Parts: sequence; structure tokens; C-alpha cells
Amino acid sequence: MKSDAQYDVIIVGGGNAAICAAIGAREQGGRVLLIEGAPEYMRGGNTRHTRNIRCAHNAADEFFTGPYPYDEYLADLVQVTGGPANLDLAKFTIKETERLPQWMSAHGAHWQHPLAGTLHLGRTNRWFLGGGKTLLNSYYRTAEKLGVEFRYNTMVEDLVIENDRFTGVMLEGEAREMIRGKAVVVASGGFEANLEWLEEGWGPAARNFIVRGTPYNRGSMLKNLLSKGAQSIGNPKAIHAIAVDARSPKYDGGIVTRLDSVVFGVVVNNLGLRFYDEGEEIWPKRYAIWGGLILDQPDQIAYSIVDAKTIDAFLPPLYKPFQSDTLEGLAGELGIQADTFVKTMEDYNRGAAGNSNVRMQTLDGVTTRGVAPPKTNWALPIDTPPYYGLPLRAGITFTYMGVAVDERARVMDNRGQPFKNVYAAGEIMTGNILTKGYVGGIGLAIGAIFGELAGRDAVTHGRA
Amino acid sequence: MAELDLFAEANRQLTICNACRYCEGLCPVFPAMEIRKVFTPNDIRYLSNLCHDCRACEQACMFVAPHEFAITFPRIMSEVRMESYEHWSWPRFLARSFSDTPKGVLLGLAAMAVVCATGFLMIPSHRLFAVHTEAGSFYQIVPYLAMILPAMFLVMYGSVIWLQGGMRFWSEGKESPLLNAPKGIGPLYRAVRDSFTVKYLGGGSAGCAYPTATPTQWRRVFHAFVFWGFLSDLVSTTLAFIYQDFLHILPPYPLTSLPVIFGTAGGVALVVGVAGLLVFKMRSDRAQAADKAYGLDYAFLVFLGLAALTGLFTLIFRSTAAMGTILIVHLATVAGLFLTAPYGKFVHFVYRVFALIRYQIEAQGAHPQGGH
Repeated sequence: MKSDAQYDVIIVGGGNAAICAAIGAREQGGRVLLIEGAPEYMRGGNTRHTRNIRCAHNAADEFFTGPYPYDEYLADLVQVTGGPANLDLAKFTIKETERLPQWMSAHGAHWQHPLAGTLHLGRTNRWFLGGGKTLLNSYYRTAEKLGVEFRYNTMVEDLVIENDRFTGVMLEGEAREMIRGKAVVVASGGFEANLEWLEEGWGPAARNFIVRGTPYNRGSMLKNLLSKGAQSIGNPKAIHAIAVDARSPKYDGGIVTRLDSVVFGVVVNNLGLRFYDEGEEIWPKRYAIWGGLILDQPDQIAYSIVDAKTIDAFLPPLYKPFQSDTLEGLAGELGIQADTFVKTMEDYNRGAAGNSNVRMQTLDGVTTRGVAPPKTNWALPIDTPPYYGLPLRAGITFTYMGVAVDERARVMDNRGQPFKNVYAAGEIMTGNILTKGYVGGIGLAIGAIFGELAGRDAVTHGRA
Repeated sequence: MAELDLFAEANRQLTICNACRYCEGLCPVFPAMEIRKVFTPNDIRYLSNLCHDCRACEQACMFVAPHEFAITFPRIMSEVRMESYEHWSWPRFLARSFSDTPKGVLLGLAAMAVVCATGFLMIPSHRLFAVHTEAGSFYQIVPYLAMILPAMFLVMYGSVIWLQGGMRFWSEGKESPLLNAPKGIGPLYRAVRDSFTVKYLGGGSAGCAYPTATPTQWRRVFHAFVFWGFLSDLVSTTLAFIYQDFLHILPPYPLTSLPVIFGTAGGVALVVGVAGLLVFKMRSDRAQAADKAYGLDYAFLVFLGLAALTGLFTLIFRSTAAMGTILIVHLATVAGLFLTAPYGKFVHFVYRVFALIRYQIEAQGAHPQGGH
């Protein structure tokens, strides 16, 4: 091979997997360039919106409230995903999480002590101090000190691959600048911010998605890899979506746009009809199903309805609820089918008549009678004005489809052979482990483990 | 910003922060926020004084401008803090110096000028510029009563206004049911401990994002120097008072005496700490604090630094002909410092300590609202 490469490793992307790859590669002695599409102040992709990481451990410590051994972690993963796409990679990942906290601390992470009350996941997950952006800042400072070079605000247009070997990246822009490298780690995230692409699977409904994270995850590198013969893995339509306030920013609203009001009342669509048991499940399951439910409704919108009894039971939402002293009035405020809505509410209230004491901490079995769909828990009548309505849309968090990789994080081609010097890490390859559903904090673990692995391997083998 | 707008904006930001809570490990402001759902002006004033301006949250926040949420948390806390100083102080026309720094500085300078003019005009030059080494030498320049009476008046005046402000803060806080938690000695102990260690300039554990985005423990160190230095000087003054009025030993005291040891250590610590904080402040990002905060901070630091520096000079040159002049300048800066004490940045310690006590009391009984 030609040896005029400017870099041993080029990292495409700027989130957790990318920066861990950069650190890994640099610590292995390589000359490293990280190319981040976002401007510096927005660097880090969706890692900015993360706040904890799930790691296996055999004993409680200062930051874990109890043991969470390998077997339990694996069992949780199998249960939630219905079986990982690549069981060996999943096992490898979970094993590796045991050493992650130490690696993270050594590279700048600080941790938050579990606080009573807020942190339901204190046993399984470790909270980094200040959340994802603070973690990224620490990693970037570490990488900078190590001598990693950065280009922000720079989009890669093409991964140049000649005879199955990566030789460089061509940047977007008039100049068509070419940067040569001996290996590449593609860690550029999923394609959840690319609504046109999502439209291929979801139809025009995709236009009504609210993208919870960075607008820069457009999947252009994923598309590029697939066009070069990389083997895809995962369902292109598979997404993670939750209910968010319909008035949220189109992109990057993050955690704060999520609404927790659903279980306190009922949810109707714009025809004024209920469509699902609002009392089915408690956190965290309810969190993840409502995105999909809303997508199935006309115009992909729904409305969470509560009354004066429960408006103060959940945190004040980011945007003021619509409000009226009558149900007709509320329908007018929300712009939904008034007659049907009032009838829906009357039916529901008849079914919930007489229910009073609900216990939100548990599935309390306080259910409606003779209403379809039922509300099987916490079914209080909604009869105390003023009435409140919060518009909901599906907020997309991430996509599952990516490229297949081997145990060294090398991208597989369609013939089942790995590219020799093309690596993938992070969301772009989580489809190897997650198929549907996920356990909170595993995405970051996958990114860190495969990122660092890819970075190291790219230096040791890319030079050959 | 008009008062209503100020609290409306603080409320807007707190609503976003309370839905996020990623910063809850950085300092006590966020845990104190989480046990609330609505924020009265008094709540917000309390939170603003719990805020140590460490700025770690600014670095942690995904929602800072140009994001449309436009979170400016350290700045809005700083704006409210400025408002709260004025709100709790007294009398009104003097309290206004909080929003009018030049006026506050002029007040301090005027005090200095008066003391200097009085000193230089009233003390005969043959005494002022002579070498004094005998016991009670300082009183050859300024008679004892002329020194002690104004000083005691200023300290008492300042303390009364401080205490009254603190009590207003406290009594307004009683509108919050959270303060009904059991009190006892525990919260007080923890609050005092956290004040003395300046724990919350630690940014959680990584350090302050001040003066730049890179976390550092130096601001905490410098602040501790100032705090401990000031206390050391306070001890020195008290000891000198005891030596003189109870043991009947007149100054100047030998270099190895307790008043001089405490005074020197305190003075050096103050000068180092003040210098460090000044340099940091000059290098810091001004956009992250209220515009008026800077004037107030600089004025306080400069007066404090000058008082410490001239105090050290008084010691160094006490057996030379320059002693008289330096002593008068020293007394003048101390007068300026304490005259402006109830109307300048000095007050922050009062509300900070009260806020920390309140935080510890509230934390005993309360749980975060809503949930994740």
C-alpha cells in the first residue's frame, strides 16, 4: 500500500464511540484525526443527551447501589430485545462493561452518587456527573492532551474504498478536499434526524416525527457504507420513539420535552377517540410504547387529557397545557372533534364512576368497567374542571438499522468478509446487539467498548 | 431586566431545568430545585444565593444558546442574586448601590478620602512623619479612641444590616412549607462545614468551570484563602484587643506574638486569594454573570485586597517614618471596606450561609417532585 497517508486513523463522527475510538487509537500510538459534522458547541451527537451507563459488576460500590452480575445483565438484554442479533457480540460487550467505569474514570469521567428518590436505576446504571455533555467535554480534553486532531463543522461526503481497502475520506464542499488515512472508524450515529430516509419506511407520517436529538445524525455515512457493499443489519423501520409535547423543537429538545401525564388521565386522537389502555404499564415500559401508538393515529398526533384533580400530580410540563372549563371548550382549544370527544369522555367517566383512591406507585388495579379500550390502572373519572389538554407527538430517539461488524468492530461486507481497515462503532452498529427494545444505558456501553476497540485495532492492524 | 421579567425568565429556565435534572450532582441548587414544582420569587432568590457561580452547569447544558431554549443558568442566578441583595438590604436609598456600582464605589472612596483628609489635616506633620517605636506607637498617629470608636461603629452598623438582611431572607422563606422540616444541630453543622470548605466551588468533584471551560479547583483554593485569611485577621484583631485592654500590653507586638502571626498569615492569604480571584475574574466569561455583578465583585475584591496589603505594609514599615502615612491609608481602606460592606459583594457570605442552612434543613424531609 501507498504510505502517503496523513493519518493512521480517521474517525468519522464526534459522539461517545468516536471520541473513545480517538482516545484508543492515540493511546496505541497512532496519528488520529476526528472529523465531526457538528460545530464545536454541538459536538458529540446524541451522547450530549445521555446521562448514565449500564455496566455489569459483582458488588455495590460508591456509585452502584447493589451488584448487577454479568448473567443478570445478559438475561435483561435477552428479555427486552427478544434475543440479540449477534449473541457473541452481546456477551462480549457485557463482559467488557465490567472494566468500563475504571476506563472512563481514567479518561476524565466523574460520577454522581445515587440520590434517593430520583435514580431508579442506581443498581444497574452509573450516573456520570453533569450528564453526557460534561462527559464529552472531559473526553475531548483528554483526547486533546493526547494529541488527537479535530475538524469540526466538517461533513464527510465519501469514504474512498479501493480494492476493499479504505484509503481516505472526501469532504463535502466545493473544494472536494481529500484526507488520506490508513484506517477509518465510522462512528457517525444513526439516521433518526433524516426524515426523508425515515419516510421510506414510515411514509409521509415520518414528517411529523419530532427528533429528540442532534439534527446532524442524518445517516449519510451509513448510506455510504451500504453503497460500498457493507452488510446491513436490523430492520430499517425499527425506531425508538416516545411521547413528547407536540410543541417541542423539531430537533434536539432532548429529555425535557417528554411528557409524563399519560397515566394520570386519558389520551385521545384528533377524532376525539381513545385508542389504548393508558393505565397498562408503569415506567419505564409506558415510556417507550406511546411513540409508536401516536404514529398510528391520524396526523400522528394525540392529546393527553387530565382535569384539576391530577394536573398537579406530575411535574409542570415545559409548555402550558391548553385549558377550558368545559370539555367542549377544551376540544375547541385543541382543535379536535368536539362531539366525539365529549362522548368519549362521558363513556370513560361512566366506566370509571366511583373510582377515587389511586396509588400511582404501583399497578393499583383501579380500572374502568365496560369501556373499550379499558384503562386498567389509576382510572379516575375526569370530571373536575378546569380540564387540561397536552398535545403529543412521537419523538424519535434512535434508529436500529446499521452495518454488521465482527468481533474486532470491522465492518462486514455482503459476502460475509470483513473490510480490512473499515471499522464501525456506536449507534451505527448497535443493531448487531439490539434488535428491538433496549435496556437503558447500553447504547453508551456499546459505543465506548467498540469505539476504543476499533481505535486500537485500527492502529495495530491498519499499519500492516 | 424589570423585576417581573426577571422572575418570569428565571421561572422559564427553572421549568426546563427541573424537567432535565442532569445537573443535580453538580451543586445544591438543583437538588433544592427538584423538591419544588413552582418557584416563588423568594424560592428563586434562595436558589440564587445557594448558587456559588461555579458555572459547571453552563458546560453541562445541552440547551444553552443558540439552542432555542436559551438556558443561561449562571447568568440568571447572578441577575437574581443582585436583585436579592438589594431586596433584603436597608435603607432603601443605600440599598440601591447594589444596582449602581459606581455609587457604591464612590461611597467607599468617599469614606477613604474622609479618613485620609482627617488624618493628614489633623495630625501634626512632625508626629505623622516621625519614627515611632515605643509602645503605643500607632496611637501617636491616631489616638486610640479615634481609631476604635469609628471602627466599632462601622462593624456594628454593617453587622446589624447584614443580620437584618439575613433575617428578612429567613422569614420570607417561611412561606415555604419545606422549612418546617426538623432543624436541630445537624443542618447547621453541615452548612457551616460546607461554608468553611467552600465545598460548592468544587463543581461536584471535577472543579469550577471558571475562569474557562476547563474545570479547576483553583478558584475554590483562592476563595478559601480569602475566607480563611479574613478570619485569621479577625482573630488577630480580637487578640490585639485582648492584649491591649485586658493584658494591658500596648502595640506594636513582636513578630512572634500571636496577633502578628495571625495578622500576617491572614494578610498574606488575603492578598494571594484576592489576586487569584481578580485574575480569574478578568479572564472569565462576562456573559455568564449579570453586568452589574462585575462592578460589585471588583469593588469588593479591590477594597479587600488593599486593606490586606496596606495592613501588611503597616507591619513591614512600622519602625520607619512612613508608618504614619501607611497607617492612615490602611485605616482609610478598612473604613471604605466596612462602610460599603452592607451594600456590596461583602453581603454574599450572609445569604450564602443562610441559604446553605436552609438547604440542609429542607434536604432532611423532602423528596424530589415528579420522577423519571
